[in-house]
Amino acid sequence: MAQIKSLFVEGIWKNNPAIVQLLGLCPLLAVTGTVINGLGLGLATTLVLLGSNISVSLVRNLVPNEIRIPIFVMVIAAFVTVTELLMHAYTYELYLTLGIFIPLIVTNCAIIGRAEAFASKNPVQFAAFDGLMMGLGFTIILVVLGGMRELLGLGTLLDGAELLFGEGAESLTITVFDTENKFLLAILPPGAFLGMGLLIAAKNLIDQTIEKRKLQTSQKVVTRARVTGTDL
Amino acid sequence: MSKLSVASSPHHHNGRDTGAVMRIVMLACIPGMLAQVWFFGYGVLIQALICISAAVLAEIAIVELRKKNTERIIKDYSAALAGLLLAISIPPLAPWWIAVIGSVFAIVIVKQLYGGLGYNMFNPAMAAYVMLLISFPVQMTSWLPPTTLTEQSFSLWDAIHTIFTGYTSNGYSVEQLRAGVDGITMATPLDHMKTELLQGFTVQEAITADIFNGSNGIGWTQVAIAYLIGGVVLIKAKVINWHIPISMIIGALITASILYMIDSSLFGSPWLHLINGSLIMGAFFIATDPVSAATTNKGRIIFGALIGIWIILIRAWGNYPDAVAFAVILMNMAVPLIDYYTKPRTYGHKVKK
Repeated sequence: MAQIKSLFVEGIWKNNPAIVQLLGLCPLLAVTGTVINGLGLGLATTLVLLGSNISVSLVRNLVPNEIRIPIFVMVIAAFVTVTELLMHAYTYELYLTLGIFIPLIVTNCAIIGRAEAFASKNPVQFAAFDGLMMGLGFTIILVVLGGMRELLGLGTLLDGAELLFGEGAESLTITVFDTENKFLLAILPPGAFLGMGLLIAAKNLIDQTIEKRKLQTSQKVVTRARVTGTDL
Repeated sequence: MSKLSVASSPHHHNGRDTGAVMRIVMLACIPGMLAQVWFFGYGVLIQALICISAAVLAEIAIVELRKKNTERIIKDYSAALAGLLLAISIPPLAPWWIAVIGSVFAIVIVKQLYGGLGYNMFNPAMAAYVMLLISFPVQMTSWLPPTTLTEQSFSLWDAIHTIFTGYTSNGYSVEQLRAGVDGITMATPLDHMKTELLQGFTVQEAITADIFNGSNGIGWTQVAIAYLIGGVVLIKAKVINWHIPISMIIGALITASILYMIDSSLFGSPWLHLINGSLIMGAFFIATDPVSAATTNKGRIIFGALIGIWIILIRAWGNYPDAVAFAVILMNMAVPLIDYYTKPRTYGHKVKK
């Protein structure tokens, strides 16, 4: 149970693949123009991460050490192909919007990183949970960054929800403000870098505040040992 | 006998602090701004007010957040100068929120997040200008024609009204104000030239437009000369060195001459490039920013010359008609490299071979 909890904290916060490990930045910066794009790619990545972590963990004792990387890549590529075909079948519009970034999930370092660093050394249940948490951590950042950029750039949230959730989901789109003057920078790649930097800064700020608070409480607990009459 | 006071170097000091230097630069902008008022209306003065107040307020806010000495930082006038430089770069009738977003971006993101004055890698005013140009292309390219060519004349009140509501008090939009006497929307000289060239006309055909008088853009030429006067004052007052402005202008002239010699119908003459657009203003007021420019004299010459070359290259092949901001930002990125290779010989050491 303790390990499950630590895997949860690691994946979502402490060792978040996007804002701490800074892995998979290419899709992260490229597709987060809207919440839905971010969510779509995040879910696809999570699916691949989950599948690859489980498979790698299952075969970890059969794979010779020398050729483990090509084998992991093959496993990941197989899951990416599955995901791509699934998206082609069920969310065709989103598939077109995300374009090359779906096959490029293969090259997302977060996935091979987890296979190598965690799944190849741990039993299957932990590997699966780790994959899920890492994927969720990645997805959360994609969605938050997508939300920031969409809000600033288009003034909406969840624009194009029907791409992911099917017909009838158009009503999910929230128009926060209507403007002719779109803040194009937020939609363009520089906006992704700026937003990413601000997110990392916010994360560090929260960590620092928590650290400071911990320090203060622990200082209160510590009582000074009185040493009288030392004759060292 | 008086006490011998020991101070740290530099021992020769002209008694100017940062604030004084910044104030002189702001004063040197006055001739150029007056020319802008004369030819393009009062907009620039209002933009200056908005930009300076927004920049100073943003600086106060972020410096308070960073728990620094607010009074000392505000008194160095660097935020006010960044605001002023942004104000003279944006179109005079740009909406007020353009000025506010630009100033806040310049101070908060470009300057203070990098550590404040002395630590910023990019020129704050120009980084903000580029951000605005990319984000709001329509507002940032709505330049007015010189007042001598406009159909509608407008007063100070009209300028205020337009900046805050988008329309003059008589209900004219900026788009209508931009129309010349023949009702055709006027562009800046460089913008006009770019559009004509894209449509297959030659430079010689492009400069027959109303906005040109020979190769000189009406209004723009006079503004450039006014900034030149301010720039010469800055050099005379020893606020800036001659290295950056002169090398930048020479770099631009040489590049423009080479292109002009290759094909004079596709590329403007060196004079046309020099006198139109913001080359002169940029050379004296923008590129000379002591923080983001190269620090040795040799480095400054390289820095300036490359900015000049970039300006002409981007004007010739880029998507935007003018390029001072892009060129300055590109070269800001190269400053650490330039500084590394132009390190002066340390006294007592031999030159490394």
